[in-house]
Amino acid sequence: MAVDKFPIEAGHIMMFARSIGDANPIYYDEDYAKTTEPGGVVAPPTFVQASAQFDPDYFLRPKIGQEWFGSAKGPTGITPKEGGSSGGGSGGGLHAEQHYVYHKPLVAGDTLTATVKPGKSWEKEGRRGGKLMFSESVTEYRDLEGELVVTATSVGVRTERPATS
Amino acid sequence: MPLKLSDLKVGDVYSEEVCNNLSRTQIVQYAGTSGDYNPLHSDEIFTTQVAGYPSVFAHGMLSMGMTGRMLTNYVGDGRLTAFGVRFTAQVFPGATLTASATIDAIREENGEHFIDLSVSTQDSEGVEVIKGQASARVDA
Repeated sequence: MAVDKFPIEAGHIMMFARSIGDANPIYYDEDYAKTTEPGGVVAPPTFVQASAQFDPDYFLRPKIGQEWFGSAKGPTGITPKEGGSSGGGSGGGLHAEQHYVYHKPLVAGDTLTATVKPGKSWEKEGRRGGKLMFSESVTEYRDLEGELVVTATSVGVRTERPATS
Repeated sequence: MPLKLSDLKVGDVYSEEVCNNLSRTQIVQYAGTSGDYNPLHSDEIFTTQVAGYPSVFAHGMLSMGMTGRMLTNYVGDGRLTAFGVRFTAQVFPGATLTASATIDAIREENGEHFIDLSVSTQDSEGVEVIKGQASARVDA
């Protein structure tokens, strides 16, 4: 996801670490973190995924004043169009692969930018979900000096029908 | 604590249980921190009635995040140089996951030492949900 300004905030790191069940004090205790090799609160290895919070157009976050495809009173909040389908959908495919290359530690207080380049795309015949359509995108996270901090390569897959493994 | 070259050999395995009886609430917690509010992860009505899955399931990135905890506990903070995975099976509420890393190679590059690891996370039935690789810098 492309993001102009992704502030690496200590509170966000603390909550993210809790959500992945990681009690390592380097993610919330500044005094402890000062005694470690990185010398401060750092972000867990998968934290840059949370840059979605700072992408104004991120499509998997409900937007103020817009219909949301998840359930409300009915199973989807999308108003059916006359003569059209019932709305909904699978939410834009599934995540097939994720790869990170770490160029330097990501420290609380940093601000990153994220730029996205499309990668390869390919098709495969799946065992259960029909045809599988894969597409790759490469996101470069840089600090304010323009130095690469993390390179993230994501592979998404769309299926013809729900694929349960 | 960072790893020390003299203590390591190819084939060494480190593993950790990274979640026990995964709760729907933890999946919601992850949606909140990551910003990925896809209803497939928290909205049972949408997921079963509209999307056609048997139940909500965890974000792949939650399983990867939990697997990353095993890695940083093993190699030390700030030592990973690469971490990549394939999501090989969906993880449903109630899952108990164990993540493991095996040393595939020990190498030297520009005077620094690195280990290459294969990474696997399995549920309590032995189904692999994450298959990947990682590399980390270790002390001489």
